[in-house]
Amino acid sequence: MDKQNITLTVNGRNFDFTAEPRKLLSDALREDCGLTGTHVGCEHGVCGACTVLVDGKPVRSCLTYAIQMEGHEISTIESVAKGSELSPLQQALHEAHGLQCGFCTPGIVMTFEAFLQANPNPTEEQVRDALTGNLCRCTGYQNIVTAILHAARRMKELA
Amino acid sequence: MKPAAFSYLRPVAIGDALRQLADGGGEAKLIAGGQSLGPMMNMRLARPAQLIDLNDLSELAYVRESGDALHVGALTRHYQVAESPLVRRHCPLLAQAAQTIGHYAIRQRGTIGGSLAHADPAAQFPLIAMTLGAKLHVRSATRERTIAAADFFVSAMTTSLAADELIEFIEFPKARVGEAAAYRLFNRRHGDYAIIAAATTVSTSGGQVDRLRLGLGGATPVPQALHALGQTACGRRPDDDWVRDIARGAAEQLVVEEDQRVSIQFRRELTVTVVGRALRHALAQLRA
Repeated sequence: MDKQNITLTVNGRNFDFTAEPRKLLSDALREDCGLTGTHVGCEHGVCGACTVLVDGKPVRSCLTYAIQMEGHEISTIESVAKGSELSPLQQALHEAHGLQCGFCTPGIVMTFEAFLQANPNPTEEQVRDALTGNLCRCTGYQNIVTAILHAARRMKELA
Repeated sequence: MKPAAFSYLRPVAIGDALRQLADGGGEAKLIAGGQSLGPMMNMRLARPAQLIDLNDLSELAYVRESGDALHVGALTRHYQVAESPLVRRHCPLLAQAAQTIGHYAIRQRGTIGGSLAHADPAAQFPLIAMTLGAKLHVRSATRERTIAAADFFVSAMTTSLAADELIEFIEFPKARVGEAAAYRLFNRRHGDYAIIAAATTVSTSGGQVDRLRLGLGGATPVPQALHALGQTACGRRPDDDWVRDIARGAAEQLVVEEDQRVSIQFRRELTVTVVGRALRHALAQLRA
């Protein structure tokens, strides 16, 4: 299948490249946009490492083709910190030791940046339910849950 | 894992999508949320020559009342089904089940029409459609028809939808006033497909059950609605004995094949447990 011109809007910036329709969004972000913060784990929608935001909603970028995303606003992990200033969620993950190797962290951050916008007062049960979509092999999840709940409180104070 | 090559079309109106589907002559595949088709294509279990992307057809994303029924547009996402005030009020079983599908990110993207057309035997929406007797309104470029859920699901991953048809909306009957609903599933990991799932609605009058609807998914190629068992449940007080009888009856009626991972005995025992949980959850609502 011939390559086609594709324009993606990622983190407010346009990227033009050519790719086949089968090019996964996860690969396009890493290879064509040079944004390697989005990690590729299982490539079938189970691990959650590749989660990005499309129009503000968390989406598995390995289950989406780049060509489908023309006209949509994509946000990746590279957009979350403002310069050297971490987002409240990133800061909370740092303080609570909510990551170890960090491979799953971009997917967790993107999932919960969206989740905390939609659910500013989550219960621990709701956080754990949402976190089932992101596999972490290092931390045992306890510190991630602690960090997310802490971030929710801090974001309310800042709001 | 990367998908095989395909050509890509992105229609902006249903008419265009139906024409493209007819032109595709069976080689084209519709994609909506892609949360099942995407993995299958990445693993090359599916290799469609052409994808027709329905995501721009926002006219297919809605929940509307229509007399005694709710109409849910095929492109309505799982989270929208779960959160819709109309669904929660008039079809709470559907809302409860939608909230348990996959994971948070999956529910933002997956669609009800896609799930029904995919027809996974352990998925939530096929079970709810069978249990409630939903009707699927489908269209091709040249005709429209309505298919009862019982006639729609043929076998695992197989439906009576023709190659040139798409699901436009699904019609669910509204719940009775005061009717309770519960969906329970068992799986080994949160978000996985069910080993056994039970969907039920219970209504009573004068302290006696006057309608029980009960469906089982995950164990058979097509989810089963246990109509006869529902009949025998009526006219009795819904006490602990009633729950036990229905749960055992459901497990006895389940026709299951041996599975490498799940023995028949284990699945039957799980059925008693999961049906019992669903019934007790529904009865607790009636008492509240």
